[in-house]
Amino acid sequence: MAGLEVPTWDPETALLIGTILLEAVVLYVGYGGLERLFGPYLMQLLVGGEESAR
Amino acid sequence: MLDSLLDGLGSLGTSPEMLALFVGFGLVVGVLFGFFGMGGSFLVTPALLMLEYPAPVAVGSGMAFVFGTAVIATLKHHDLGQVDYKLGAIMITGTTIGIEAGRASVYYLESLGLAGGVISVAYVVLLGGVGAMVTRDALKSDGGGGIDHEAADKDLDEYEIPDIAKTIQRTVRIPPMVTLRGDVRVSVWVITAVAFATGLLSGFLGVGGGFIRMPAMIYAIGVPVPVAVGTDLFEIVFSGGLGSYLYGQGGGVDLGIVVPLLFGSALGARIGSAATAVVDADGIKIYFGGMLLIGAVAVGVGEIGSYVGSSALELLGLVLVIGAAVVVALAILYTTVSSLRVTRREQTSVAD
Repeated sequence: MAGLEVPTWDPETALLIGTILLEAVVLYVGYGGLERLFGPYLMQLLVGGEESAR
Repeated sequence: MLDSLLDGLGSLGTSPEMLALFVGFGLVVGVLFGFFGMGGSFLVTPALLMLEYPAPVAVGSGMAFVFGTAVIATLKHHDLGQVDYKLGAIMITGTTIGIEAGRASVYYLESLGLAGGVISVAYVVLLGGVGAMVTRDALKSDGGGGIDHEAADKDLDEYEIPDIAKTIQRTVRIPPMVTLRGDVRVSVWVITAVAFATGLLSGFLGVGGGFIRMPAMIYAIGVPVPVAVGTDLFEIVFSGGLGSYLYGQGGGVDLGIVVPLLFGSALGARIGSAATAVVDADGIKIYFGGMLLIGAVAVGVGEIGSYVGSSALELLGLVLVIGAAVVVALAILYTTVSSLRVTRREQTSVAD
């Protein structure tokens, strides 16, 4: 934990952390969209349809 | 500025094998994190150390990975209405001051030559106390322990407030009072005291403090479990972000590690979290405990390997760490698909 250690402003590091933040948001939204699009199809594929259930 | 960032990203393309390894490892860690709600990210730093990354890079990149994971998890809990920002803001302030006080106490005890002994005793008392409290509560309520997978289906005001929290809420009514999610009304001073105390322990023991903060929010403040989880993740976004920034300044954050790890773990966390709706976690908890033990042994084996200069032992350590995580993740996936198929068959036979 960082405690009260006061960081000095460093644009390069801010960009680095900003990139990770942006990636996290993009992945959350992107995977969410993919889940909605392909989730039902994937479930059908994994669990099987009516025939395999019988 | 942009050049150095692109240099960092450039390392993504240098070794496709490592990229694939990190995405795959991220996927496994994500499944574990999504399913158990914890216990994935702690595998990252030891694995990076065993891959012979320098310690600041292993710790800094591990922390940046935790930061990214916390952002994603907080967004999810935000969508479910399980993050109390008011509580989070008060907690962050109190915790930060507490951490600094904790660190100061360590340096003071160090000057007296007592730091090592006192910290070890504090660890044993704290872990034993929290473990006993949570287990007792879990046994009393449903015969199980750990994460309540039905929690997501309950309304926040349906949660029973622990007796200790009720007593604190009744007796300490020093203004200003705040109303938190789940209709919990509590004095700001109680939150500040809890945040300071957990921050103090966190700074004193040199740990992130989630395992202290979450039970403290549940038992001392009385917030519902999902809100404690969501708000704790919100706090980790700040502490992890600040920690990553500090490590990043020293060149300790490698995007070539963090980007592929996050790419895999964000997908894995979705799978793991979806699996919680299907699988009874109790059966898999034993694997989880086993994985933690194997992880500990593996780190020890790897350390001995690097101490005696045996690359075979170091490799064995790495294989054990990754292997244990992969086995548990596969067990979760297999059980999930099997459970889904059984449910499907039952539904079909009922319909027939």
